[in-house]
Amino acid sequence: MAEKYISRSSAIAARMLGGEMMVMSAVDSTFFTLNEVASAIWQAADGRTPLSEIVASKICREFDVDRERAQRGADRFVDELSQHGILLVSEQPIMDFSSSPGNQ
Amino acid sequence: MSLLAEMNQKALDLGLPISVHFDITYRCNERCVHCYLDHDDHGEMATAEIVDVLEQLADAGVFFLSLSGGEVLMRRDFFEIVERARQLLFNVKVKTNGVMIREKEAARLRQLGVEQIQISVYSHRPEVHDAITKLPGSLKRTVQAIRFLKSQGLKVTIANVLMAGNFSDNTGVMALAKDLGVLYTLDPTITPKMDGDTSIIALRIPGSDLKQVFHNQELVGNVEEFCAPPPAPGEDVMDGVPCSAGHTACYISPYGDVFPCVQFPLPSGNVRRQKFLDIWRHSPELNEVRSIRARDLPTCSTCAHVGTCTRCPGLAYMEGNMRGPSTADCEKSFQRTGIPSANMLKRTRAASAGPLIQIQSLPNSVQNHNVALNVALEENFLTV
Repeated sequence: MAEKYISRSSAIAARMLGGEMMVMSAVDSTFFTLNEVASAIWQAADGRTPLSEIVASKICREFDVDRERAQRGADRFVDELSQHGILLVSEQPIMDFSSSPGNQ
Repeated sequence: MSLLAEMNQKALDLGLPISVHFDITYRCNERCVHCYLDHDDHGEMATAEIVDVLEQLADAGVFFLSLSGGEVLMRRDFFEIVERARQLLFNVKVKTNGVMIREKEAARLRQLGVEQIQISVYSHRPEVHDAITKLPGSLKRTVQAIRFLKSQGLKVTIANVLMAGNFSDNTGVMALAKDLGVLYTLDPTITPKMDGDTSIIALRIPGSDLKQVFHNQELVGNVEEFCAPPPAPGEDVMDGVPCSAGHTACYISPYGDVFPCVQFPLPSGNVRRQKFLDIWRHSPELNEVRSIRARDLPTCSTCAHVGTCTRCPGLAYMEGNMRGPSTADCEKSFQRTGIPSANMLKRTRAASAGPLIQIQSLPNSVQNHNVALNVALEENFLTV
């Protein structure tokens, strides 16, 4: 299966509130809150790190969850947010992210 | 409870400012007859100061940022400010009259990921709109701006402030909004000037017009539900906070002054002298605002409308007492339901009881002189 690279869209607003990340799309105003695990994936979505590596290094290690379950959850999360244009997904590293507000 | 309401509740529980209204200038290219601002520049914050404040707001947890004025585009660094705000991941809403927005500006706002643009329109007729803004050609420019913004796919809302001079045009503005494919909001509130001058209140629409607005299905949806008598308030209502001002929201002026709300001119600190979070957490004024619950309001806590009234503590403050009634909101509750507010009943009783006449007949009595003073103060409190 091809590797996935994920990057935060620049057309979003986001802020951490009491351990949860609030994310709103500037395109269609859809609003999400991300729990601690989803927030960890979000923070790690730098366009360069493969999703499988994020799952292994961030999710399995920090949240004590088995690899298969964590990967399934991460795939679902990425699919849903990418449908709203909140996460960008590619089979190649996403290099043009330097101007993304998500890097702040 | 919606997800957004849950987040607001969470911010309230955590004592975090989730929303800030930031006026970056009071300068304006229009001179609206009902405007509460002084448009001279008395020393606006420079770009670097504003950027520093934005960084502090992001660190403090602010998510919703309204950039307003004055006319925001009067600042040459406006887009620089928006760009930094978006880099800091704020949800940015811009309030403007649109006069300076052409294709290029609309495209830039789209590119920067501004979530929403609110534009003031007072009438669909140029002779009425332009007479209010005192800028000839302003309606034409504003409508053009809305079209440019829409062509970029931006979410635009027309804000229609109602006053005596444009009341009959609200259906025309609503039709214009529909034609342009934008949202429409209506606001019948005219606020006293920030310097305390209340002369513009005379522009408010009369109660009979307010009643018409509240009973217009197109504006309020289910009229029967909207205008229903208020239910008896429970303990949760009496322990509730009046609004988000000072609790999860605040206002910052172009001079760095911090207030609980744009409509609540209680000076609470200045970001040129203090860190925003120090003001937010430790300002005695903000802490006083936060301490007030519905049960602490001497008149409003006894009012049938206490649980459903739109009582604005800022307007009450401008009337002389942040714990007092806001007579404009008393009027709204009355015109909506037909049930007089406790404040209205109190004023009626005070007017009919005639204690002042008895007191005036005994002007030499020290004791009665004191009573007269108290009554006069209360009368002032009730009617200002």
